[in-house]
Amino acid sequence: MAIWLPRLAVDRWRQVEGCRRGEGTDTAPTALISETAHGQMIEAVNDAGLAMGARPGMTVADARTLYPWLRVTPSDPAGDRAFLERLAVWAQRWGPQAALDAPDGLLIDVSAVAHLFGGEAALLADVEARFAAREVTARAAIAPTAGAAWALGHHGPGGAILAPGEDIEARLAQLPVAALRLDPDVQLVLRRLGLKRLSDLTGINREALKRRFRNRSPQANPLLRLDQLLGRVSEPLLPVVVVAPALVQRRLLEPIRHRELLDQVVTDLAADMAHELERRGEGARRLELGLWRVDDDVAIRSLELAAATREPAHIARLFAAKLDDVDAGFGIELVRMRATWAEPLAIVQADLDGKAEEPGTTLATCIDRLTVRLGAAAVRRPVPYASHIPERAQRWQAPLAPEPASQEELAFHFRPLKLLEKPEKIAVLYASPDGYPRQFRWRGGLHEVVRVEGPERIAPEWWREKGNTRLRDYYRIEDTTGRRYWIYRAGLANDGRGGAPDWFLQGLCG
Amino acid sequence: MDLSVLSTASELSSLGARSPRWRPGLLCAAHSEMFACGDEGGGIAAALALALDGLRERLGQRSVLWVQDAASLKLNGRPYRPGLPTELRRRIIHVAAPKPEDALFALEEGLRCRDLACVIGEISGNPKALDFTASRRLTLTAERHGVPLFLVRHDAKRDLSSARMRWQVRSTASPPPRWNAEAPGPAAWHAELFRARTHAPGEWILRDDGHVLAADRPAAQARTPDHGDLAAAAGGRSLAAS
Repeated sequence: MAIWLPRLAVDRWRQVEGCRRGEGTDTAPTALISETAHGQMIEAVNDAGLAMGARPGMTVADARTLYPWLRVTPSDPAGDRAFLERLAVWAQRWGPQAALDAPDGLLIDVSAVAHLFGGEAALLADVEARFAAREVTARAAIAPTAGAAWALGHHGPGGAILAPGEDIEARLAQLPVAALRLDPDVQLVLRRLGLKRLSDLTGINREALKRRFRNRSPQANPLLRLDQLLGRVSEPLLPVVVVAPALVQRRLLEPIRHRELLDQVVTDLAADMAHELERRGEGARRLELGLWRVDDDVAIRSLELAAATREPAHIARLFAAKLDDVDAGFGIELVRMRATWAEPLAIVQADLDGKAEEPGTTLATCIDRLTVRLGAAAVRRPVPYASHIPERAQRWQAPLAPEPASQEELAFHFRPLKLLEKPEKIAVLYASPDGYPRQFRWRGGLHEVVRVEGPERIAPEWWREKGNTRLRDYYRIEDTTGRRYWIYRAGLANDGRGGAPDWFLQGLCG
Repeated sequence: MDLSVLSTASELSSLGARSPRWRPGLLCAAHSEMFACGDEGGGIAAALALALDGLRERLGQRSVLWVQDAASLKLNGRPYRPGLPTELRRRIIHVAAPKPEDALFALEEGLRCRDLACVIGEISGNPKALDFTASRRLTLTAERHGVPLFLVRHDAKRDLSSARMRWQVRSTASPPPRWNAEAPGPAAWHAELFRARTHAPGEWILRDDGHVLAADRPAAQARTPDHGDLAAAAGGRSLAAS
């Protein structure tokens, strides 16, 4: 949701004067002015002044010539900004995150919020009623993207709602290009090109526009702004209130130089951190331990946890494994623990069925301990990946991360139990170059092929690989001792991509 | 080949005292070791089949920890998800330990975890860290927490160990498949139980058809004197390990 406060300066001036709209001081035509290089300029005018004919952007001298009884007051941009910030915090009543849209707007994330107010229309009505009660002129609009909401708020009909299913492009086609939040000089360029409406921009070839507007900053690039408006690229909101991470620290009277004392301090900190996290109803996923030394040196140790936790003993134990190489120097005087990433973790009742008393650790604890000692790259889970090439069809990810959505594996073809890290070259005897292998030598051993099935031909993925990559013919073979292997021939005899094809052993079957 | 014509493990166990002494319930011993050649996949495949035979119905939502040290990773390759047994594909958590010490640490941490169905380990050779004390530690942890351990030893000598069941496993000729007689059939392994605490030693041909682990006496053994009887006559003392 975007809220535009078009008369912000005047509304605030009226509040400072302590009068209602059209009463007291507001009855006299008044202009808020600022000093510029071209003399005093009018920034904003109240209703009486507007009715008389004064407009923002006139110089005071011009206005005075026409309307000698115009009153002027200096404007206060800093005060306006502070007022806008207060409004942004107040506007969080409508959504969890509110961001400033300087100088005179607010952006509020209202995803999945509207039902609390009885629908989006009711939400907008509430916004209007609340701003009217504060005597602040406001225009609000709701749209799936911040850019679209801004465009509707500034240039669309009042109280516009763009439902998620609607076509943003069609709905906003008739808005002027100013709705793209562009710098004035870029707007001027667009006007000179004859591009006045959004439909003009979308109607012409994108490549042509790309050549003219190469600027990377969104304010100067109408294409980027258009993408933000249509939701093709993301546009982060900088929230007005940032949630501070949980932080506990111990200042030490006497700098510590010994490991046992440090372990004790870390244990205490872990207990403090557990209290702090419990108060917030959170569990830590990433923790950072900072050790400030007397001689102004800092050692930072960070820890990532497989699942949100606030178990002090577990945290202390994991950090203890990371403190072995800390050089205490002349002593450590300040130890601080910070939860840089926390996830909600409800307070649960102690287990009544005695599962907690069962010996053994939970999976998350086990993985944390393994990760701390062996590194995150050593503890992983295989997940499928969309590729024909066998070694590419499997990727590795963190063990407790959700599995990516994928097509169920097709059971048409045989796959081996294990793949060698790298296919190993074998010397093969065959009856004909494109026929079955008869005998091969691998790791110094001679294997006589008794049974064979194949080939399963796997073509190179031309969209990933170079043009001269050779195809692979996979054979599943069994030798005289019963060992089963998965071997392939890279290429064909006369495919024009190199000499005689090589053979490789890639997989071990059960 | 249709495995239903073969006797299943449980049928074999009920055939009588002189028939192969095979009781699958015992297979899920807390700590089993499989000695196998590092150049074949038979050892790890048999370990997975034995683990699944005991656990297939009791897997639930639990994961399986698979620990490999760097040498066995290089020698025997990585697990490949599309080729794993269907029940295990979603459950594998793989640990690549740089040193055997790290692998032992990972195995022990895995055995302590109550959310794991079983722990599969692969260690290559006879590293110094894996001595009798270390294996005893693993056995005790596995027994205390009830998480079975299947440790595959690639290219290793039969050293001292406190494993409850010790097997020598190799691939053997597979039965002909139903459609293409020229193709390799479903996997079969020759497994020799050479040391077990609660079970008499013996040799079997094992075949896993995805539902049961079928066991059969090796064909060669039918012609030669029954080693199992000799072992029984020797008072349960293993002949193969001597």
